[in-house]
Amino acid sequence: MAHAYHDSHQQSFWRKYIFSTDHKMIGLQYGITALCFLLFGFGLMLLMRWQLGYPGEPIPGVGKFLGENNAPGGIMLPEFYNQLGAMHGTIMVFLGVVPILVGAFGNYIVPLQLGAPDMAFPKLNMASYWVFLLGGVTMLVSFFVPGGAANSGWTSYPPLADIATMGQTFWIVGMVFLITSSLLGAVNFIATILQLRTEGMHFMRFPFFVWAQLVTAFLLLLAFPPLEAAGLMQFFDRVFHTSFFLPSGLVVSGEPLQISGGGSVLLWQHLFWFLAHPEVYVLIVPAMGIVAEIIANNIRKPLWGYKSMVYSLIFLGFMSFIVWAHHMYLTGMGTTISAFFQTTTMIISVPSVIILTCLFISLWGGSIRFNTPMLFALAFLPMFGIGGLTGLPLGLAAPDIHLHDTYYVIGHFHYVVAPGTIFAIFAGIYYWFPKITGRKMNETLGQLHFWPSFLFMNCVFMPMFVQGLAGVSRRLYDGGQQYAHAQAVLPLNKMITVCAFFLALAQLPFIINLIWSMFKGEKVKSDNPWESTTLEWATPTPPPHGNFAKAPKVFRGPYEYSVPGASKDFTPQNES
Amino acid sequence: MDNIPYTVNVREDTGLYNAKLGIWLFLASEVMLFGALFSSYVLLRTGAGASWPAGSSILHVHLGAFNSIVLLISSMTMILAWAALKEKNFPRFKLNLGITILLALLFLGVKGHEYATKFEHHLFPSTSTFMAIYFLMTGVHALHIIGGVVVNSYFWGPGSKMWKTDPEHFTNRIEIAGLYWHFVDLVWIFLFPVLYLL
Repeated sequence: MAHAYHDSHQQSFWRKYIFSTDHKMIGLQYGITALCFLLFGFGLMLLMRWQLGYPGEPIPGVGKFLGENNAPGGIMLPEFYNQLGAMHGTIMVFLGVVPILVGAFGNYIVPLQLGAPDMAFPKLNMASYWVFLLGGVTMLVSFFVPGGAANSGWTSYPPLADIATMGQTFWIVGMVFLITSSLLGAVNFIATILQLRTEGMHFMRFPFFVWAQLVTAFLLLLAFPPLEAAGLMQFFDRVFHTSFFLPSGLVVSGEPLQISGGGSVLLWQHLFWFLAHPEVYVLIVPAMGIVAEIIANNIRKPLWGYKSMVYSLIFLGFMSFIVWAHHMYLTGMGTTISAFFQTTTMIISVPSVIILTCLFISLWGGSIRFNTPMLFALAFLPMFGIGGLTGLPLGLAAPDIHLHDTYYVIGHFHYVVAPGTIFAIFAGIYYWFPKITGRKMNETLGQLHFWPSFLFMNCVFMPMFVQGLAGVSRRLYDGGQQYAHAQAVLPLNKMITVCAFFLALAQLPFIINLIWSMFKGEKVKSDNPWESTTLEWATPTPPPHGNFAKAPKVFRGPYEYSVPGASKDFTPQNES
Repeated sequence: MDNIPYTVNVREDTGLYNAKLGIWLFLASEVMLFGALFSSYVLLRTGAGASWPAGSSILHVHLGAFNSIVLLISSMTMILAWAALKEKNFPRFKLNLGITILLALLFLGVKGHEYATKFEHHLFPSTSTFMAIYFLMTGVHALHIIGGVVVNSYFWGPGSKMWKTDPEHFTNRIEIAGLYWHFVDLVWIFLFPVLYLL
C-alpha cells in the first residue's frame, strides 16, 4: 500500500525517531546504543589491560581524568580494577552483545524475513528499548556513587556482593530493568514468529536466523526470571539486611556480622548460573543464525543439513537449561551432582558440533564469494570451534579443578564471544547495511578491518590459554606478580596488552566505514544486492513503514540457490 | 500493509490471537519467577533443619485463609465479568469487574494489616530467614495484585470506552486480564499452605 508509505512522512520527529513503534527504528536505536556500550566496555578492558601489562605505571592519556579515588596520579587502584572487571563483563554481555544480536538484528530482520508488517506488539517493543536504556544508564551512573560501580565480578557472588559498596545495589536495580526489557522482547519475538509469519511460511521454511531468534527468545523468557528472583533476594540482603545468601557465623574484617544468618551462598550461584548458562547460548545462537544466512548467500548453494541444524538448535536450547552447575564444580556441592552436570555438559556439545559441521560441509563445492561479510562469517567457524573445544576440559570436573578461575577460562569464553559472536555481529552489519541504508559499505576498509582484527584477536586470547594452564588466576589486579608459578608466563601480559591496543586501532577502519558509507557509500542498484533468497530482500530499500507493499506469499524453502534448471542462481522464497 | 494481523481475530493454524499467546508466554516466565522463589524456600528450609519455625506459630492462619477465599471469589467474579461481555451485557460486566477490584483491595488491606502486626511485634525481614522469605514472597505476590488492580481499574474506567468502538477487541482484553488474574490467585493458593500451614 502506497498509503502506508505516505503515513510515515506525516509522523512527527519524536514519533518517527525517538518514541517510534516501528520495529526497524527500534532495531536501529538498539543497535546504535549497544554499539556505543560495546565501545565503552572495550575501553574499560583497555584500562585493565594497561594495568596487567604495565602494573603500577601511570595510565597514559586518560589516567589523569579517572579521578583521585580511582587512579591517583594516573596509577590504578585495586578497587578500581575490580570495578572495571565487574562492569566490563556486565556491559559487554547485557548492554552490548545481547542488545545487538536480539534487540537490533532480531528486531530489524525477523519481521522482514517472516514477511510481517511489524512486530506483534509494537508498543511493548518500544517499551522494551526504553527500559533497556534505563537499565544501561543505571549501570553507567553507578560509576559515580560512593565506592564506585559494582566490584564483585559480573557474577556478583555473595557474601562479597552482599556487603559490597553502593554500586552493587545500582547493579541489581539495573539488572532488574534489563531483565524486564528482555522479557518484553522475548514475548514479542515468540508471538511475532508464531503469529505473524506470512502465508506459506511454514516452520521448515524459516531462514535459520529466525529459528535462532525463536530459540533465543525462549531462553530469555524462561532463564531470566530466576535471576530476577535472585536479584530481589540480594536486594533484600543489602537493603533490608536479610540473610538469604549469608550463612550463620560470618566474620568480616575480624568482626562478626550482625545478621540472622541461616542463608546459603550456593543458592545465589544456582540461581545465577541458571540464567547465565542459557545466557551463553543467547550470546552464540543468534550469531550462528547470522553466520548461516551469510554463508548460504555466499556459497550460492543450499545449506547442508538445514533440518539437522534446526533440530540441533532446539535440542541445544533445551539442554542449556540443565548444564548450569558445571560452573560450580569447586563449590563442594558433591560429586554426584558433578557427575550429572558433566554428563549433560558433554551431551550439549554434540548439537553445537552438528551445527558447526553442517556449516563447514556447506562450504564444500560452493563457489564462494569472499566479500567482507563472508570473511567475518568464515572466521567465526574456527574461532567458535576453538572456543567450544577448549570448553570441554572445563566441563569435566577433574581438569576443572586445575583450570577453574584461571586465564584459561577467560581465553575460552572470549574465543566464543569475541572472535566468535562479535565477528558474527560485524558480518551482520556488513551484510544487512545495504538493506538498511541503501548503500554498500566500503570493501577495502572492510578488508582493512577484518585482517588485523582476526590477527590481533588471536594474539590477545591465545596466550591466555598458556597463562591459564600455568595456573594464573583471573581477577588478579597485578596479573599475578606475587606468584612464583606465574613468573614464566608473565611476559605474555605485555604482548597481550600491546595486541589489545592494536586491536583497538583495527576497529578504526570499521568506525570510519560505518559513518562514511552511511552518506557516501556506493548506492545499491537493486533491492537485492547480494542476490539473496530470503524475504528481507523483497522489500523496498530501505523498507518503508509497514515493510511490504503487499503481503508476500512463500512458496519454497529459505536457501534455494543454484536450483537446477532455474534461469538464475537464486530463487527467492516468494517466487512461485 | 500497515495493520498487524490477528490482534482481534484468531489465526487458524495456531488457534490464538496475538495477545493471548503473549499472555501465556508472560505467565510462563512468571512461573519461572515464582518457581525460583519456591525453590529457594525449599533450599533454605532444608538447609535450616529443625530450627525452621512452623508457619502457623508466627503467621495468622485465619487471616490467610480468609484472604484465600477473597481471592477465589474475585477469580469467579472476573470470569463472570468476561462472560457478561460475551453476552453483550455491559452493566453486569461493570458490576462484576467492580467487585473483583474491591475484593483485590480487601485482600491488600488484610495483607497490610498482617504486615503491620508483624512490625508491631518486631518481626522484620532481617529477623530470620523464615521472615525474610515470607516478606519477599508475599511482597512480590502483593505487587502482582497491585498490578492487577491497576489494569482492571483501567478497563473498568477509561479503558471501557473501547466497548463502544470495538467490542470484540475489548472482550479479548478482559480475557487476557482474567488469565493474569487467575494466575495471581493460583500463586496465592500455593503460597498460603507453604508459608502458613507447613
